[in-house]
Amino acid sequence: MTSIVKPRIVHHGLSRNRLGLTIRDYEGGMSTLCAGCGHDSVTAAIIQALFELAVPPHRVAKMSGIGCSSKTPAYFLGASHSFNAVHGRMPSIATGAAAANRELYLLGVSGDGDSLSIGLGQFAHAVRRNIDMLYIIENNGVYGLTKGQFSASADIGTAAKRGEVNEQPPIDPVQLTMALGGTFVARSFSGDKDQLVPLIKAGMRHEGFAMIDVLSPCVTFNDHEASTKSYQYTREHSHEVMHTDFVPPMPGIRVAYEEGEVVPITMHDGSRLLLRKVSDDYDPHSRGAAIEYIRTHQRKGEIVTGLLFVDESEPDMHGINSTTGMPLNELGFRSLCPGKRRLASLQRRYR
Amino acid sequence: MPNHAKSRINDFVIKLANVNGTGSASANTLLMKAIFRMGIPVTGKNFFPSNIQGLPTWYEIRVSRNGYLARSGSVDIMVAMNQQTYSQDLDEVSPGGTLIYDSTWPRESVISRPDIAIVGIPLARMCNERFKSARVRILMKNMAYVGALAALVDIELKVIEKLVREMFASKKALIESNMEAIALGYDYANEHFACPLPTRLKRLNKTAGHIMIDGNTAAALGCVYAGATVGAWYPITPSTSLMDAFRAFCEEYRKDANTGERNFCVVQAEDELAAIGIVLGAAWNGARAFTPTSGPGLSLMSEFIGFAYFAEVPAVLFDVQRVGPSTGMPTRTQQGDILAAAYASHGDTRHVVLFPGDPRECFELSVAAFDLADRLQTPVIVLSDLDIGMNDWMCREFEWDPAYRPDRGKVLNPKTVARLRGRFHRYVDPDGDGIAPRTIPGGHPKGSYFVRGSGHNRYGEYTEDSNEYVEVVDRLKRKWATAAKLVPEPAIRRTRKPASWGIVSVGSCNSAVNEAIDRLAAKGIHVNYCRIRAFPFSSKVTRFLDRHDYVFVVEQNRDAQLKSLLMVETTYPADRMHSILSYGGLPMDYRCVVEAIEETYLEGVAA
Repeated sequence: MTSIVKPRIVHHGLSRNRLGLTIRDYEGGMSTLCAGCGHDSVTAAIIQALFELAVPPHRVAKMSGIGCSSKTPAYFLGASHSFNAVHGRMPSIATGAAAANRELYLLGVSGDGDSLSIGLGQFAHAVRRNIDMLYIIENNGVYGLTKGQFSASADIGTAAKRGEVNEQPPIDPVQLTMALGGTFVARSFSGDKDQLVPLIKAGMRHEGFAMIDVLSPCVTFNDHEASTKSYQYTREHSHEVMHTDFVPPMPGIRVAYEEGEVVPITMHDGSRLLLRKVSDDYDPHSRGAAIEYIRTHQRKGEIVTGLLFVDESEPDMHGINSTTGMPLNELGFRSLCPGKRRLASLQRRYR
Repeated sequence: MPNHAKSRINDFVIKLANVNGTGSASANTLLMKAIFRMGIPVTGKNFFPSNIQGLPTWYEIRVSRNGYLARSGSVDIMVAMNQQTYSQDLDEVSPGGTLIYDSTWPRESVISRPDIAIVGIPLARMCNERFKSARVRILMKNMAYVGALAALVDIELKVIEKLVREMFASKKALIESNMEAIALGYDYANEHFACPLPTRLKRLNKTAGHIMIDGNTAAALGCVYAGATVGAWYPITPSTSLMDAFRAFCEEYRKDANTGERNFCVVQAEDELAAIGIVLGAAWNGARAFTPTSGPGLSLMSEFIGFAYFAEVPAVLFDVQRVGPSTGMPTRTQQGDILAAAYASHGDTRHVVLFPGDPRECFELSVAAFDLADRLQTPVIVLSDLDIGMNDWMCREFEWDPAYRPDRGKVLNPKTVARLRGRFHRYVDPDGDGIAPRTIPGGHPKGSYFVRGSGHNRYGEYTEDSNEYVEVVDRLKRKWATAAKLVPEPAIRRTRKPASWGIVSVGSCNSAVNEAIDRLAAKGIHVNYCRIRAFPFSSKVTRFLDRHDYVFVVEQNRDAQLKSLLMVETTYPADRMHSILSYGGLPMDYRCVVEAIEETYLEGVAA
């Protein structure tokens, strides 16, 4: 069996983006995930966001590890480059890709098993290096492909399909990323496309490591009554504290907003994020306060969503390294090889 | 002082027994370099502990007018600076040799042997009287024994002084004090003993056109010259100095003097799993990328190495081997990763392995490794070892061909992709050599493809179909056959006499084997020699085997890994291969090769 190619039908009425591409140009193969899987909604949000951003598909490299979520890059951006790495090791592939070509858009899709267990070390260090990429964790609290074991993000007290109750505390990717110095931290829900699409756009434009933890229920193994990662539970217990609108750079156009209600953030490429506070007591610029707010609500069983922390001032890996502006993979050999004469002169120190 | 010593001009071994962390390394390097600058072939081997301060450490300098660089097993002059190891050091001195020790604390009862000369020099007392600070006194004691040796074996003082001036070029104040310490030892020896000893140096002209360099520095230089831009590593002895050197060279040659911008990116990874991932991510994107490591790191990288084999991503790895398994003896040398490198990972995977025999080959083969990795789109492992990587070897100066251009292999540039009729398919083999053209991400919309370690068909699409999988892995086998034609040929040394016996070896065994061949020839035993420089084995290797009735396989591990590889990968009969193994962690001594071959020869004569 090979992968399933999606029939490509372009209706005449489909809208086109700045590049003249339709949303079809941002799609990929047919999903082979279970019907109703939250991950397919995330895939749809990615397609929508990248279409609206008008990113040339071939300038995007999508990467993943192993797991249900890591299969999804096959279902979007069929015209992009893709790298399906070994389990938990996508962050290192992304780091190398970023090192070689700082102009490529990097989009990583991972899961809670891939990022919070086997790949926790690599995930942490990608955050720490502030790799310029968007990193989406499709978080469902279980291992799907191996049939329903708890993952490290499973909440205390949540039950598996067969009744086993999880007793170990969860690793929350949002709090973890904030504690590690992450510069763009968001949480969303696969069932809330209105929230997710602008977050993906903002994350793509963020210069540095952007992490979006997307609660994405597993319909087969973790969507029952006793689960805290089910559609119903997530709908009932999540609440948005910070709504984000994404405004691409448009010279001459002013976006009207009322002072006090909306916090504008200008990004490196001139895009703007308009953060609208849904909760008055939330501050997305204070790392400490944000973590405390999320923890307090977590204890009450509430899931806080939205763009929870953002800092546009920190340098990414290349900023820290003072790497030259041109992508390293485009540097000519002459600029890299010191040459015959230098080899002769440098060897004097070894005599 | 009794004179037991035989006259041995330019042919002897000085061994220095020190305590690590006392600054002896720079004094010992100074000694070796001074001998080198007197035009006399010399080599230095450092036997050091996995420790920062306080444990025993030895440095062995072999002076050889014939240019032999291997260990000889004898110690003609022992400089015993470590009381912890006095008795061991005393035992090691060859009959007729000399032991020098610090007689500030006389040890006549402990240090005595009728068949050697004992030379006591009050190094600590002289330095304590002359220098104030405790740390300086310790450091200067080393320079004082350099001075004593200069008198005893006749090292030219002006050569030493020039070296001291170079060493402390940035700290001029230290030149005078170091020269004073040298003079203390020099004068004392001259006043108290008949200098020079019969075992001594005499200026030659045999080091012109040569340098003294370690293999890690040489390999790093190769990476710079090959145009590598991304390096990732996790620090591990004995490979760490490779990345240190790469960074230092890049700071010198790859940094914009005005803006400070770097045209390289070195990432210190969180572990070796990440280091190889970073290399693959960069190489997938068309940068030349590498990672230096050692055995334990290679083990951790194994999953990704197999992935890269199957997904066909170029990568250059340097495995500077040390004793294993596990943490083993991290500061001792071995060739214990031959099989681990050749067959790293799970499933049907095999990898190109290069075996440099000295630092010069570390330079040359690291450039070759990048070309092969790009050409074959696969990981290439340069299998060096601690002896080559961390010791200074005398070798011919490196050369560079200005016409060299990197062989990037079959990479379709965006313009070529644009002109393609139909779609681009990643794993289609148009030329029959098993190599499928690749594209670089970001180049052209038509060039996109999906890199997967999981089952893929020739188009790069996901598959679980047996026939499609088999088609891909069979093509990889064809690519392996291509690799055997592209890898560096073995170095073959033939005797002038007809010989039905051969030696096959790799890497740092080279100096021991070469010396053994000369010494065996002097005894009337003639053998040919094939030093394998790459896996897969080229046809020249199999031809060498087939032309000999009997082959000695010389290597530095317990389990005869090279021999095993030859048994699996060639049709040469196993019962005609005889292993000569050295695996104690010290660089190979030529005598084990001589003894094993001579014994077999005598058995044959007796039969």
